[in-house]
Amino acid sequence: MARRDPVAKRTVAKIEKLAESVLRSVKGGGNPFVEIPVRSLANVRFNEKKRVVELGGQRQKRYFFNVSMAKKFMQTFLVSDACKELVESGKTTSIRDLYYITKHSIGDTKQNTFEEQDESDPIIEDLEVALDTLREELHLFASRKGTMVGPITIRDSGDTIDLRRMGSGGWGVPSIVEENVIQFVRHEAKYVLLVEKDAVWSRFNEDKFWKRQNAIIIHGGGQPPRGVRRLVQRLHRELSLPVYVLVDNDPWGFYIYSVVKQGSINLAFESMRMAVPDARFIGLSSFDKMTYKLPSNVAIRMDDGDVARARQMLAYPWFQAKQWQAEIQEMVRSGVKYELEALSRRGISFITEEYLPTKLREKDWIA
Amino acid sequence: MAAKAGKAARSDRASGQLELVSVEAPSARPVGRKAPVRRAVTREPEPALPLPEPPEPAPEPEARKPKRRSTAEEMATRQREISISEFFTKNRHLLGFDNPSKALLTTIKEAVDNSLDACEEAGILPEITIEVRDLGFEGSGELTKGEGRFVVAVEDNGPGIVKAQAPKIFGKLLYGSKFHRLKQSRGQQGIGISAAAMYGQLTTGQPIRVVSRTGKGKPAHSFDIQIDTRKNSPVVTRDETLEEWAPEHGTRVDLEIVANWQAGQKFVNRYVEHTALANPHCTVHYVRPKQERLSFPRATSELPKEALEIRPHPHGVELGALMTMAGDSKSRDVRGFLQSSFSRVSSQVSGEIVKNAGMKERVRPREIAADRDLAEKLHKGIQATRIMAPPTNCLSPIGDALMRQGLVSFLSVIETDGPEGEDGQLDLDQAVKRKGKGKGKAKAPEPTPDPAAEAEEGVEKIKGHEYFIATVTRPPRVYRGNPFQVEVGLAHGGSWPADKPVELFRFANRVPLLFQRSACGITEAVVKTDWRNYLLSQPKGSLPVGPMALLVHIASVWVPFTSESKEAVAHYPEIIREIQLAAQECGRKLAAHIRKRQHADYQAQRRSIFELYIEEVALAIGRIVERSPDPIRREFMKVAEKVTEADLESQDAKLEEAAEKTSKRPRRSEEDE
Repeated sequence: MARRDPVAKRTVAKIEKLAESVLRSVKGGGNPFVEIPVRSLANVRFNEKKRVVELGGQRQKRYFFNVSMAKKFMQTFLVSDACKELVESGKTTSIRDLYYITKHSIGDTKQNTFEEQDESDPIIEDLEVALDTLREELHLFASRKGTMVGPITIRDSGDTIDLRRMGSGGWGVPSIVEENVIQFVRHEAKYVLLVEKDAVWSRFNEDKFWKRQNAIIIHGGGQPPRGVRRLVQRLHRELSLPVYVLVDNDPWGFYIYSVVKQGSINLAFESMRMAVPDARFIGLSSFDKMTYKLPSNVAIRMDDGDVARARQMLAYPWFQAKQWQAEIQEMVRSGVKYELEALSRRGISFITEEYLPTKLREKDWIA
Repeated sequence: MAAKAGKAARSDRASGQLELVSVEAPSARPVGRKAPVRRAVTREPEPALPLPEPPEPAPEPEARKPKRRSTAEEMATRQREISISEFFTKNRHLLGFDNPSKALLTTIKEAVDNSLDACEEAGILPEITIEVRDLGFEGSGELTKGEGRFVVAVEDNGPGIVKAQAPKIFGKLLYGSKFHRLKQSRGQQGIGISAAAMYGQLTTGQPIRVVSRTGKGKPAHSFDIQIDTRKNSPVVTRDETLEEWAPEHGTRVDLEIVANWQAGQKFVNRYVEHTALANPHCTVHYVRPKQERLSFPRATSELPKEALEIRPHPHGVELGALMTMAGDSKSRDVRGFLQSSFSRVSSQVSGEIVKNAGMKERVRPREIAADRDLAEKLHKGIQATRIMAPPTNCLSPIGDALMRQGLVSFLSVIETDGPEGEDGQLDLDQAVKRKGKGKGKAKAPEPTPDPAAEAEEGVEKIKGHEYFIATVTRPPRVYRGNPFQVEVGLAHGGSWPADKPVELFRFANRVPLLFQRSACGITEAVVKTDWRNYLLSQPKGSLPVGPMALLVHIASVWVPFTSESKEAVAHYPEIIREIQLAAQECGRKLAAHIRKRQHADYQAQRRSIFELYIEEVALAIGRIVERSPDPIRREFMKVAEKVTEADLESQDAKLEEAAEKTSKRPRRSEEDE
């Protein structure tokens, strides 16, 4: 990436502006603060029209002269400083790396600027929203998670990659998949299938499902990371491919679908860049156990946490559709959940040869 | 009777007490006659000490008739009266003479109690000299190791004793002025000093030597008094009039006893310290073998309020006592008897009692003394009548202010020594760091806090240590018809160890209680208080842990002790509850102080946190804006000072408010247990 491209210049300017505002307020004898949009459920709302989760208007001020905020204030500027340096030097690093870059002991005390990476990660997210920048613009990426395969050729940082020839491992989806990094060259795909986990993705890859069905198959290792979500949105928007989501039949699986579809609470500020409101939930439905005759011994009993989570989700505005209410209520009623692997009880390739083709043919999904 | 004597000889406290009086009863001395009455009024059988039941003899397998061993006539030849003094020789532990080290303390204590009582009654500011002389040391120049002969001398500036009374006071057990009165005093029974004299006589053969003078211009008398232990009567072996005796008035007793100074001095030290603590109007000089003289100057020259004598309250009287009192009454009818013998019985109240007792015509008190059923009717009538609580002006508490002064001067002089105590209740002596041995003399008599220092209220700086002192005097209350009053004081901080249980100082009528801590009702009340509410840690069922000394004083016309040696207070629920309430009140003050202290620590810590963070922030911002961090740091520091100052004030105000709230809100444990 070129040093000091326009995006980088803009990012550096934003960081400098933040620091200057603090300096101004200190000079005026005030208590300096950083204003950060609140990233919690209370400040998140569901935009019915756009069908995405959006950040509300609430902002909180992070003051320096406040015992409970002083440390975070300090950390915010340590991260800002490090990011500015990254951007200016044109290097990109992991958030774990950033944690190490900014971690040191304070004065001659035993206290550290950061004790755990758990402390620095939310500071990065705070900075993103406070500066209204993307993580990529700060030259940071999260740990890589997610694999893709399918009838498509892409260009990744200048290298042309044929995703039809990825063997058994597939192509690792990078954290940053913006147009300046990833370009789509050509494809014959008809749709995108996002599966919850690696093991199921491997089954689809080994069975060459993508070849038979002309589908791009991608997984995010549980809750898909930003890179995967962003890439799915780009495939959907730029190539007009429908997106199908295949997850476990449990509250966690449903929530993964909802995040893909309309964004997460924590990253609500990025929903517009990541959400795919038209994503279709193809399975595993709470009613599939009847349709596909799954024996009860492959079910897992829901624990208290599962039930509580399910009840919580019943109240989310984006799960108010009749079909969703029915799905969740059926799950709570039966008190059991199913993993995708449960389908293997009907045959190892049942999921790729019977289940999914049938579902697609019969349009048995929830939009 | 032989069986009785055998039983009495058994070291069983409860039955021993009863024997003590029943044996004396036929001798028709006023003491003997009254004694069972008074005891019945005020003592309850100790629940804590059940009689050890002898094991049931196994039934004989063959029901063979046992052979008679003795006849009634034969047994009669062995039955005879036991004198009180003989009884004492066998049961000296009942009076606190269990062993030579404890006997040393008890001897001193009895003499000092008498001196203080006499001074207070006469209205004299007491100045007392306690002297312990090691005869072995005086002979050989070596301190006696273990048991040996010692002379205990206690001298006061009291009113003195008239010549005719001295022999009986010191040479006769159960002779005294305090037993027959309901009045707050240290001595209660008329046993103490004569028992000490008897102990000395038994162990060394030496009589008690008394010197006394009743006033200026009057001669000083000196006696040697021995006790005829069979007859319980004094024998004066020497009677002189002294030409020269320095004090204008006062009394000095010298007792030669077998004692153990090595082991017992820590008790004596503690006793002396605590006596000074609970009697801030008293100057105590303490002279010990081979050690510097130690003085506790009085912290106030104000005598305690005089304790008044009262008549018993009807609700505290028991049936037998009622009958005896009726028998003694000179009144013509019951109503007159009730009005003259009891407090709070007006003509109207006596009428109500008689009505509630269902007595129709006039009844003579004598009839009540003779007729048990009639007496029971009257007793029930009394219980059924609402009677005003007894007058409480008869009590003389130490008082909040004086208790505080007492604590301050106690902490200023405190000096403890002696080897590590093996005695569990005194093992904390070493905890008190020794700060300048015996400096007390040089101290001003009233080390009141420096008013100029803008210290927190209740905080005293003593010898470089800061103590928080809180005191509470409860209003008087009544148990079984006896008025009593509880006071609690605490000193927190200073050099007390933070990781040990608190020091508990127990007092009854200003007398320190040093033994039987765990058997004492005061301890129970302190343990039952939930000190965790007041920011101290407290293991379950134990004293709280923390750098603190806790003083508990019970003043009463009749303190219910668990034994004659007056070492522990009986577990009356009314008393325990009062102590808890007082402790809780003190505790709330303490909690407010601790909270404040923690807050101050926190503020200091906070400032330093800001300073640390400013360094980091200045560096980071400096790099971002590409400027030197130094001016940025300076700007931040400037604001830091301003902000924390203002913030501190508002936070302090908030804290004050919160403390107010908590001290007003009753705690769960206070509601009731």
